[in-house]
Amino acid sequence: MAVRQHRDALSAARRSSPLTIWLSRHASNCLGALGRIARQPFASFLTILVIAVTLALPASMHLVIKNARSVSGGWDSALDFSLYLKPGVTRTQAERLADIIEQRADVETVTLIPADEALAEFKAQSGFGAALDHLAENPLPHTLVVRPGSAMTGLSVTLLNEELANLPETDFVQVDTEWVQRFLVILDMLQRAITIGSLLLGAAIIVIIGNTIRLDIQNRREEIEVTKLIGASNAFVRRPFLYSGLWYGLGGGTLALILVGYGVYMLDAPAGRLAGLYNSAYRLLSLDLRESLAIIGTGVLLGLVGSWLAVARHLRRIEPR
Amino acid sequence: MIQVENVVKRFPGGQEALRGLSLIVDKGEMVFVTGHSGAGKSTLLKLIALIDRPTSGQVLVDGQNTRRIPRRRIPAYRRQIGMVFQDHKLLNDRPVFDNVALPLVIAGVGRREAARKVRAALDQVDLLRKEKQPPETLSSGEQQRVGIARAIVSRPKLLIADEPTGNLDPDLSLEVMRIFRRFNEVGVTVLIASHDIALIDQLGCRRIRLENGVVQQDDEDEEDFVADYAENLRPDGRPDPWP
Repeated sequence: MAVRQHRDALSAARRSSPLTIWLSRHASNCLGALGRIARQPFASFLTILVIAVTLALPASMHLVIKNARSVSGGWDSALDFSLYLKPGVTRTQAERLADIIEQRADVETVTLIPADEALAEFKAQSGFGAALDHLAENPLPHTLVVRPGSAMTGLSVTLLNEELANLPETDFVQVDTEWVQRFLVILDMLQRAITIGSLLLGAAIIVIIGNTIRLDIQNRREEIEVTKLIGASNAFVRRPFLYSGLWYGLGGGTLALILVGYGVYMLDAPAGRLAGLYNSAYRLLSLDLRESLAIIGTGVLLGLVGSWLAVARHLRRIEPR
Repeated sequence: MIQVENVVKRFPGGQEALRGLSLIVDKGEMVFVTGHSGAGKSTLLKLIALIDRPTSGQVLVDGQNTRRIPRRRIPAYRRQIGMVFQDHKLLNDRPVFDNVALPLVIAGVGRREAARKVRAALDQVDLLRKEKQPPETLSSGEQQRVGIARAIVSRPKLLIADEPTGNLDPDLSLEVMRIFRRFNEVGVTVLIASHDIALIDQLGCRRIRLENGVVQQDDEDEEDFVADYAENLRPDGRPDPWP
């Protein structure tokens, strides 16, 4: 009798839509994984901390490079050529020469600094104003400031330098580029080293998360066996572990952002003082939104990959006997 | 429902658990498989549940040849069968309700429908009041009833049980068997492996005795038993066949 009622009740039951079921199943897996992590706060925190530090290392190195680039960006003028013309060259001749040089493909701009303007500036800035008034004539030549095009390599800079020096009006050319170029090359090299290091650290995160998930699988061996016994598919058994990996990655990425942010905060004041000594208002650059999202995204991705590998390797072996 | 044809199961060590076993269980039957431990009872149930595969011969369940079911389809196949185990195989980290709901969660049944089915199943085994308790706090007999509720919650056509009363005292054993009988009465085919001859004698169901991996005796061959059995199965509200 009771069994009959049971059946009637079942046939009357309304079915939920497959999408609702799918969503609620994922939601419960997702929250369940979070719950398991929260139930072992200390162990979970250590795992997340290791991931965070591993993510924060390349992130902070990237910030160092980014700031160095930003500071050296103001040094573009150091790449300029100063072309001192011979004393006999008139202002009209200098202007014509400036027009000619400016038409070259490898030159971006040419600025003429006439001799009298240069003298006026020198008077104003050097503090020798009164003494200079006694000079019978202006000892300074006209000067052309030549800024090369942005796509210049070391070789083309040398060539341009030679050609400018060989002009009949040129007295001499002054370039002060070498150390800037060396600096930029060093930054490039560091950037590459960081990329390689990041790959290694990414692999380390995969291993860390994979190992955590492996332990998790071992601890829940009985549960996995029972659920498989009553008809759970591999996907069903896999899903909670993938969500655990996702949470570890998300937690690690977020904590990495906090660590880097705190580091920038700690360095901001000293960096400001240092910039002040150089009469600069430079402020340390922090991670922008895109970079922050990239760090969190990397954490999540590595978390998923790590747990996927662990699950693929260890879950198949747990079969009911 | 179950058709076992000339099945041999040889283990890697070389010993043979089944040596050419054949038997047929019809839809709606309730059958006991008996025999000493090592006679092949558990192996037979494992082959039916596709926990293991035969070395040769074939097992057909509800028209499906288990040999043709690939590994990835095993979960879907198992979901059609209710299984009860000697050690219950309940999960102690969650309450009775969640344990019984597990097959429905796996099958992706909606929450409200699942709750209704779980309560109905718990009502069947008379444990509705204990749905919030963890299985550990229940007596052994109650735990086994939870195991049965979990096995029948998705209303399988076939119920198999491996020594379901192995850990229970005689009174509780009889009670558990009564529950199996109730499900059998509404059309579920039931196959139970047990060595508790005294208990089985009280029930009067068909009995298949295994010895050394072959059928040694099958009650179906005895006519008077068949008559008896048919009597017991009459769905007309006759009193329980048990005292």
